[in-house]
Amino acid sequence: MCVVFSFLFGLSLMHKKMEFPFPDEVLEHIFSFIQSDKDRNSVSMVCKSWYEIERWCRRKVFVGNCYAVSPRMVSRRFPEFRSIELKGKPHFADFNLVPDGWGGYVFPWIVEMAGAFPWLEEIKLKRMVVTDESLELIAKSFKKVKVLVLSSCEGFSTDGLGAIAASCKNLEELDLVDCEVDDLSGHWLSHFPESYTSLVSLNISCLVSDEVSFSALERLVGRCTNLRTLRLNRAVPLDKVADILRRAPQLVEFGTGTYAAELRPDVYSDLAGAFSSCKELKSLSGFWDVVPDYLPAIYPVCSKLTSLNLSYATIQSPELIKLVSHCPNLQRLLVLDYIEDSGLEALASSCKDLQELRVFPSDPYGVEPNVSLTERGLVAVSSGCPKLMSVLYFCRQMSNEALVTIAKNRPNFTRFRLCIIEPRTADYLTHEPLDVGFGAIVQYCKELQRLSLSGLLTDRVFEYIGKYAKKLEMLSVAFAGDSDLGLHHVLSGCESLRKLEIRDCPFGDKALLANAARLETMRSLWMSSCAVSFGACKLLGQKMPRLNVEVIDERGPPDSRPESCPVDKLYIYRTIAGPRFDMPPFVWTMEDDPSLLLS
Amino acid sequence: MSKPIEHDYIGLSEQPFPSMEKSSDANDKKNGLRLKDTELRLGLPGSNSPEREVHDQNVLSLKSFVSGAKRGFADALDGGVKWVFSRGSGGGSEGLFSPRRGGNNNGGNDLSGPDSGLGGPVSKDGDAQNPLVVQEKKCQVASGSSHGNGNTSATASNRAQVVGWPPIRSFRKNTMASHPTKNDDDYNAEAKLGSGCLYVKVSMDGAPYLRKVDLKIYGSYKELSTALEKMFSCFTIGQCGSHGVSSRDGLSESLLIDLLHGSEYVLTYEDKDGDWMLVGDVPWVMFTNSCKRLRIMKSTEAIGLAPRAMEKCKNRT
Repeated sequence: MCVVFSFLFGLSLMHKKMEFPFPDEVLEHIFSFIQSDKDRNSVSMVCKSWYEIERWCRRKVFVGNCYAVSPRMVSRRFPEFRSIELKGKPHFADFNLVPDGWGGYVFPWIVEMAGAFPWLEEIKLKRMVVTDESLELIAKSFKKVKVLVLSSCEGFSTDGLGAIAASCKNLEELDLVDCEVDDLSGHWLSHFPESYTSLVSLNISCLVSDEVSFSALERLVGRCTNLRTLRLNRAVPLDKVADILRRAPQLVEFGTGTYAAELRPDVYSDLAGAFSSCKELKSLSGFWDVVPDYLPAIYPVCSKLTSLNLSYATIQSPELIKLVSHCPNLQRLLVLDYIEDSGLEALASSCKDLQELRVFPSDPYGVEPNVSLTERGLVAVSSGCPKLMSVLYFCRQMSNEALVTIAKNRPNFTRFRLCIIEPRTADYLTHEPLDVGFGAIVQYCKELQRLSLSGLLTDRVFEYIGKYAKKLEMLSVAFAGDSDLGLHHVLSGCESLRKLEIRDCPFGDKALLANAARLETMRSLWMSSCAVSFGACKLLGQKMPRLNVEVIDERGPPDSRPESCPVDKLYIYRTIAGPRFDMPPFVWTMEDDPSLLLS
Repeated sequence: MSKPIEHDYIGLSEQPFPSMEKSSDANDKKNGLRLKDTELRLGLPGSNSPEREVHDQNVLSLKSFVSGAKRGFADALDGGVKWVFSRGSGGGSEGLFSPRRGGNNNGGNDLSGPDSGLGGPVSKDGDAQNPLVVQEKKCQVASGSSHGNGNTSATASNRAQVVGWPPIRSFRKNTMASHPTKNDDDYNAEAKLGSGCLYVKVSMDGAPYLRKVDLKIYGSYKELSTALEKMFSCFTIGQCGSHGVSSRDGLSESLLIDLLHGSEYVLTYEDKDGDWMLVGDVPWVMFTNSCKRLRIMKSTEAIGLAPRAMEKCKNRT
């Protein structure tokens, strides 16, 4: 990217100095090689004419916060876009911290685009409320739509999906990731007409009903010869998998349904045979309710696997060890903590290409550990896997020593998310806070972009973070810190920080108000169960017109309590669209007061 | 007089539902006290977990509601509030609560005083222990029952749940919760199923959007009712704040009742078979395991609902 940027910089200088600048078409052609938003945004800031040219040829629009701009503003600035990606609710909505009804409705965006952008090809939505009405409008308005990705969305039913299936003749990708869908039945699949054959990617793994129309599914799979990705849902039984795989041996990514059946040799050999015929398979997922005896059926494809999601597979360490030992090319592994330290040690020795590891808790609410998964497993993987960059790890104990070792082993981490299940857990060896351990992570991992903290932490850890984490873009904090100083270190030190989310920390008004200007350079800040007073929220709202300061409080209006009372939840984001008007009764946007603008 | 021992919480008892005999009590509500309700709580020592006792009372409350007593949704909850915290006959039953209001409760025979379910938690006999006992028991029920088991040993093995912690997405939580983990053969299957979370959607007729609740954090129908009341009071009152106080406080309860006075609401749920049932028919744990979604519907629409419950209504009249 640096190369591209310096090239552009040079070009812009030439452009300015020349009496007759480059024709627009030439610039447009050059810009077409620039895909990333960041670079596009940089390009548009060079000069007015570049801004103009760039906006006319931007084909992919990314809106990280749907309330930061209005649909009209986007369509006005980019009249020719073909692909839009929108994100709605803050990340903590994934953990039910954002009450229902908060917002994030996609409908106004669809309405705006329906008229002006009939040639829209891609719609990607994350954490938005998508209704059947919205889906029906998409189906009606965008005849050319090829890609529809709904990630962590809610508000729609399979009826809406049926409308998409029936009308979107050019659809290539329908991807539902962790959505809450009102699954009325599997019959929506039969809305894809018999003449429809363009499907390349279908992910319905989050559909929860027990019914699915197998015949419609099989026919669909059979006639869509370009199908590369198919992720089934739990309702699809194991004995159907062989049929489906035989119709689509060209699959590259496959997600099973329930991976359980009575042990029958004919079912087993059918399945094993079907898997063997899939020479292109690189990614497997699904594996609900695994019967371990059926696992060897996938061994024939394991050597080519680069991605394996076993995070719903309730199988024990010995089986997991056997499985991963067959997958030397594995780059991405999602697994439950049943893998245990011993399994992770085996992983570290078999999978030298591993780049991403996620270990989820099998019993997150139990007090006593149910498995032997400790910091040792993470240390082993950090030591044995030289390419490991991204980690999400749930465990019950950690030590500073282990964290320092991990940091030194793996300075190439870009994402490090550690969740020690019990809040405020100290270093189990020394009983000290884990400040030094996380400090080592930020100090050694200079490219760290994302960090999630847990365990017992004082303001000290934030001092380290502010000092070292210069590339950090997203930070998640829970049950940590002692005082405002902690927050101040982060806001004043982390230059690249875009998203900060905090819960249950003793951070209050001072740090927030002292760093108010910084908030405009970030996408958003979430603080819940902290110590920010209503008075401070009001002040911030008044002084910072380009921020929306939302107080979310289900106890009732904040002005029914003293101003010094802390608000329940606070969501601050920069915006050029002003306050929004689709808020539920428990959300208040603090008003601007022009007379108090900071100079 | 019904014999409390035979009040089968599974609802399979051939005896007519105790609430049949209680319908007169429901009509007596205006005069206040449901003395017979309190008698019902005289279970065998240790035979009923606190949550079951609570359940019994809630069944009564909702049944008498269905039988046509002119009470709004909040009144039904109100009824729940009134007698869920009451003392049993002796020290035998576990998880006994002190009376929330009025008089000493000697075996529940002579509750006196006005119909003041709207009163505060401290009983008038001045028993200073009561609020503490209430709090303690509430916490126990909340943490114990939230894991589907009123047994305190289950409480010890499951941590108190903080909202949104550990940070696991709903889809994963619901997926894991609906399937007991395999290596836990020694675990009480019910306790295992009871751990985790179970988010179900709650819709209310006339409300602009759905809410979601985690059934596992409530230990009883009463807790659920209270939480729903809080959540949906926004819609009936308008701005939550215009009345300014939480619905736990007696003052706003009466306001809520006033508002709902003209329109009665019933709490219903859709079970695993897709049938819509009245909430309160089955024991709490069974309910949480079979409830797929909740709906607060106008009672006029509830006619024809839940055949089993309606049959019982017919028997009553």
